[in-house]
Amino acid sequence: MYEFDYHKAVSVDDALKSLTSASDGKLLAGGMTLLPTMKQRLASPDVLVDLAGIDDMKGIRKEGDQIVIGAMTTHAEVNLSALVQKEIPALAELAGLIGDPQVRNRGTIGGSVANADPSADYPAALVGLNATVTTNSRSIAADEFFVDLFETALDEEEIITSVSFPLARRAAYMKFPNPASRYAVVGTFVAELADNSIRVAVTGAGGSVFRQAEMEAALGKSFTADAIEGIAVDGDEFNEDIHASAEYRAHLVGVMARRAVAKIA
Amino acid sequence: MKSVELTINGKAVSRKVEPRQLLVDFLREDMRLTGTHVGCDTSQCGACVVHVDGKPVKSCTALVVQLDGADVKTIESLAADGEELHPMQEAFRQNHGLQCGFCTPGMVMSALGLLDQNPDPSETEIREWLEGNICRCTGYHNIVKSIQAAATTMAATNK
Ligand SMILES: Cc1cc2nc3c(=O)[nH]c(=O)nc-3n(C[C@H](O)[C@H](O)[C@H](O)COP(=O)(O)OP(=O)(O)OC[C@H]3O[C@@H](n4cnc5c(N)ncnc54)[C@H](O)[C@@H]3O)c2cc1C
Ligand code: FES
Ligand code: FES
Repeated sequence: MYEFDYHKAVSVDDALKSLTSASDGKLLAGGMTLLPTMKQRLASPDVLVDLAGIDDMKGIRKEGDQIVIGAMTTHAEVNLSALVQKEIPALAELAGLIGDPQVRNRGTIGGSVANADPSADYPAALVGLNATVTTNSRSIAADEFFVDLFETALDEEEIITSVSFPLARRAAYMKFPNPASRYAVVGTFVAELADNSIRVAVTGAGGSVFRQAEMEAALGKSFTADAIEGIAVDGDEFNEDIHASAEYRAHLVGVMARRAVAKIA
Repeated sequence: MKSVELTINGKAVSRKVEPRQLLVDFLREDMRLTGTHVGCDTSQCGACVVHVDGKPVKSCTALVVQLDGADVKTIESLAADGEELHPMQEAFRQNHGLQCGFCTPGMVMSALGLLDQNPDPSETEIREWLEGNICRCTGYHNIVKSIQAAATTMAATNK
């Protein structure tokens, strides 16, 4: 790891200030992605601005018909939260499927969402539940937030402060994990929202999370695994690596979607 | 250099450290607590697991400066030299839960983290919990058995 300066921010404003005054500053959350990247010298920030001291960015609360999760809340905290387990059990379960217990004890929802790894789990929940990302300056709908591979709608110097999830009628997440890392080879989040709309969000398959419109329409007519049985998924643009071909990923999208539907139908 | 104050295995420690120093290097090089191992240095293997404020974390993926004020416990905290082993360590010994022993400190610290949260885990829960701990020798069966045995003795003796 190259040398850098370290600043533990006491507030969001303080973090912004040190981020803007650095020439190549980076925010540090759980460090579970950033520190390995720095060790490999794929990133060499001159200043790390640690968000861990900002209490406003932590914790889980219910606000009207939304569950609001502070950006610095760990995966383990979401997984074990009685509130999330009760109100959006699929979200608590998803958090418990991320990596391993040690990663879940440090990694945060804000870090995961900002990083926008194509195989990360949270993006599927954000898009599947029509969540909103709140930053220091604005609110961004999940549909607009995830742009491409490791690319989000965030500006260079913008800090995610929380993510709000509207309560859903029913929701389920199914993933086919990479057997070593547990990242999603393909993960599918299916939800029926409060306004009766259906969402099917897919992570792991493409460059970024996306919605499967044909399945959403079919499930709107009949919420059964059979209703989406015959829908062919076009894998032309899908990821391909040593773990799975694009064709296999396309196949898995259907399998994971049907399993998720069957779980809550 | 940054000043940090930590509690390590019950002892208050204050030091000046480079921001880039990893917790595992601090423990091994500066504190001479070499029971915490580095197997991969890429956050995969779990040989470096210690408890930070009561929770298992990978010490190869945390900076010392991040942990200013934290309470850190390593494998050395479980039993002093020559004294009776902790029930989890004893269970690994009795059940042949180790061969070369390289992964063992991390396995033991992870397992204790599980029992803190879930004192009576099923075999499946134990295997899922060990997702982040890799062993190249045992094939895991005896590690799982050791943790089951320790859960039983620890429940009986309230440790
Ligand atoms: C062994 C291993 C297995 C894993 N398995 C999975 C898995 O199965 N599924 C999965 O989804 N993930 C997995 N992860 C990734 C894990 O979830 C990370 O915790 C997550 O991607 C990054 O979160 P972090 O809090 O550690 O962020 P950091 O590593 O601290 O930061 C990541 C990036 O986000 C930026 N950032 C952080 N917080 C904010 C914020 N509030 N606002 C704006 N930018 C911010 C940082 O500047 C940095 O660029 C795994 C990681 C490891 C090491
Ligand atoms: S050395 Fe830390 S996980 Fe392998
Ligand atoms: S006993 Fe050798 S690596 Fe586990």
